[in-house]
Amino acid sequence: MAIKKEPEILLKASKINKSFGNFIANKDIDISIAKGEIHALLGENGAGKSTLVKIFYGVLKPDTGTIEINNSEVSISSPNSARKNGVGMVFQHFSLFPALTVAENILIALDKKIKFKDLILEISKLSKEWELFVDPLKRVSELSVGEQQRVEIIRCLMQNPKLLIMDEPTSVLTPQEISNLFKILKRLASSGCSILYISHKLEEIIELADQVTILKSGESIATINAKKTNTKFLAETMVGKEITDLKKTNSMNVTKDIALELKDLNKAKETDFGISLKNINLKVNYGEILGVAGIAGNGQVELMEILSGETQCEKENHILLETRPIGFKNIAERRLLGIETIPEERTLHATVPNFTIAENTFLTYFFKYPKANNIISNLLNNPQNSKIESENIIKDNDVRCPEANPLANQLSGGNLQKFILGRSLANDPKVAIFSQPTWGVDIGAATSIRQKLLNLSNSGKAVILISQDLEEIFELSDKICVINDGALSKILPVAQITAEDVGLLMGGKLETSNEMEST
Amino acid sequence: MITFIPRDKVSKNWTIIGPILSIFLTIFFGLLIFTFLGYNPLETLYQIFLSPFSRIDRISDILVKACPLIIVGIGLMLCFRANVWNIGAEGQFIMGTLLAGSFALLFPSVETKFFIFIMIVIGFIGGALWAFIPAILKTKLNVNEILVSLMLVYVAMLFIDFIVRGPLRDPMSFGFPLSKPYPEGAIINKIPFPAIGYLGQLHYGILFIILLIPISWLFVNKTLSGFKINVLGAAPKAAKFAGFKQNTITITVLLISGGLAGVAGVIEVSANIGQLQPEVSFGYGFTAIIVAFLGRLNPIGILFAGIIIATVKLGADNAQMSMGIPKVVTGLFEGILLFFLLTGETLQKYKIKWSKVT
Repeated sequence: MAIKKEPEILLKASKINKSFGNFIANKDIDISIAKGEIHALLGENGAGKSTLVKIFYGVLKPDTGTIEINNSEVSISSPNSARKNGVGMVFQHFSLFPALTVAENILIALDKKIKFKDLILEISKLSKEWELFVDPLKRVSELSVGEQQRVEIIRCLMQNPKLLIMDEPTSVLTPQEISNLFKILKRLASSGCSILYISHKLEEIIELADQVTILKSGESIATINAKKTNTKFLAETMVGKEITDLKKTNSMNVTKDIALELKDLNKAKETDFGISLKNINLKVNYGEILGVAGIAGNGQVELMEILSGETQCEKENHILLETRPIGFKNIAERRLLGIETIPEERTLHATVPNFTIAENTFLTYFFKYPKANNIISNLLNNPQNSKIESENIIKDNDVRCPEANPLANQLSGGNLQKFILGRSLANDPKVAIFSQPTWGVDIGAATSIRQKLLNLSNSGKAVILISQDLEEIFELSDKICVINDGALSKILPVAQITAEDVGLLMGGKLETSNEMEST
Repeated sequence: MITFIPRDKVSKNWTIIGPILSIFLTIFFGLLIFTFLGYNPLETLYQIFLSPFSRIDRISDILVKACPLIIVGIGLMLCFRANVWNIGAEGQFIMGTLLAGSFALLFPSVETKFFIFIMIVIGFIGGALWAFIPAILKTKLNVNEILVSLMLVYVAMLFIDFIVRGPLRDPMSFGFPLSKPYPEGAIINKIPFPAIGYLGQLHYGILFIILLIPISWLFVNKTLSGFKINVLGAAPKAAKFAGFKQNTITITVLLISGGLAGVAGVIEVSANIGQLQPEVSFGYGFTAIIVAFLGRLNPIGILFAGIIIATVKLGADNAQMSMGIPKVVTGLFEGILLFFLLTGETLQKYKIKWSKVT
């Protein structure tokens, strides 16, 4: 039998343990990354991926365990020593100063001394060599998110890294930007630089990675060859149980009756960091799901606030419920009219973390009590009144609680979201508006949440789904539009639009605005 | 480096050990300081902690001293629960007293005790009006309420000084900056006990606390308005999501806390002084901030915190009178006590982790 040459190991970590208080983030993790390999780290939120790579990059120190680089044990005490050991990292949230230029941003992070002129030359060279296309003299605030990420990559490449760590790099990119990034990463790997790629997106891992290590609740449960597996297997290993497919019965009950309409809605931004909403036209019918795609920070928050009633419209007839103008109604009044919204932030916005579930139910139910015309019970309208409703929500939505009536922060993200969704749906809304309903929840909970949205539209309700997850948008929506820089694209049926088109719209590259439709 | 790690749940052990350890450490450091300064340490501790309880009339004086602290503290509790930082209760106390007192002086011959209820209402209005200034500036112009409410304390202090030296000075006061005495109807009497007579200075104003504590407890725990205040403090965005009006809540808590500070002033002056003078408050408005937090923003806690602080204050007076220990030294001791009480409370919620600096 021919002996196959073992790949050379670049980084080998053994028995890494790390805990925060009682919470064990990493438990006896072994991982080894070969030279020139793209190694994916897969796991649900809270599985310990970020902790592990932060240990590799010296941001966190392991409680126990050893790290070897090129077969010699190293102690990575800080990001500085990580860089000296040839480890570079691109964080999920970029660490760039928006007011400075690309070159200045790279200069501050640089350990070696270099003349500014030489630096610019070097950046241009790297940028050309790796097809990163970044102008070193441009201000970071003028760059798109994708370009900013490329600046971070250049910053790492300046140090000639042997290992590049990328933490969820695609969560903020358009499909076009993602495929560009993958080209770059593959070229980097073939030139000998190893890449540790963190993601919870399965397709990406299959497409990009050589090896994939799956983490679950802080433990490494498998390392498998990414080329010889499929998404279903990965998902089930990651979650640890079989995943039920969505029962997709879209477009069954789509009606011609308009449920909610936005007409030429304009809203100037309230702070310097906000986005102005520009001439937004939107219609959603009963029985359909309208997906609003877009990259984070393009006006989703502002759109959500104006839809929910947390901010008021400039004109009453900017928003119509059926034919009734409701632009001046506040969120509580709209709830009474049958419009339920679920904001993106689960804690501190949709719920108060250190309040009990009954209190959090009371938060959006308080106006329902008391039913009796009794002065005392009117005076003493308190969360006790929501006890029964909260128990029903927990029961009907399979919310797993550690105890009866727990604090909201005792629930996991997925269970909390199930509660929030259940709380809204128990109000029997006519129109339901969701922002990022499955962001950061485990696959099991995500599937059940998505199924609920489908059921909702099938039962004849109108649903607006604002999401950055394109897969989710395409999976659930009947019609799709894209928000970019506060403006909404034309609304198209899902059959008439491709992911590529949506990607271009998300990047603001395709001109199919509302105005074209109306003229 | 020291890091504080939040505990998942409040530690049961520390709920017991914490306060005991706090008291023990306070006593230990107290002994140390008093010894170094040349005072008999045990005698000093006795004066501060135990002498206020040594006679029944002294115990009633604790209640008298705690009365304004608790009333102001309850009002501040509402503000602090809503994350509204009213630091100016001292000024609201003064303005409530001044408005009600000036009103009383308009009726020099009123005798009916019902008059005191009118004064309490006017005192509430006076304090609330003074708190309305930071409230309106915060909600309309987004001006920080900490600065405005604090600065208005000094305005109020100087204003009452001007009034009692000028327009309201009693011509018969031999040049002292004092108003005429209040009419009979504006005086809160001491409580007579059968067979014993009066217990120190114990007066009918105490009844107000007996009413206020259960009502405020019901208000914050069992009413929608109380719930709104709690939500605004815990998560302002969630309050917006529920449809609660942030500005209305902010204005309401400032008006109530200012009003209660004014009422505290009316009761204090009507019961113990009986006329207007340049100094009516002796720092009650500021001390009540400590009382509110020491009582964990909870009416029953504030009752006990008010009593603890009043005890130590009276004990400090006793130590000064009987041993000549200056106020600064007992003030230092009060500081140590608060420091350890708050440390103990922190340890119930957080673990401490020591690590080497890398």
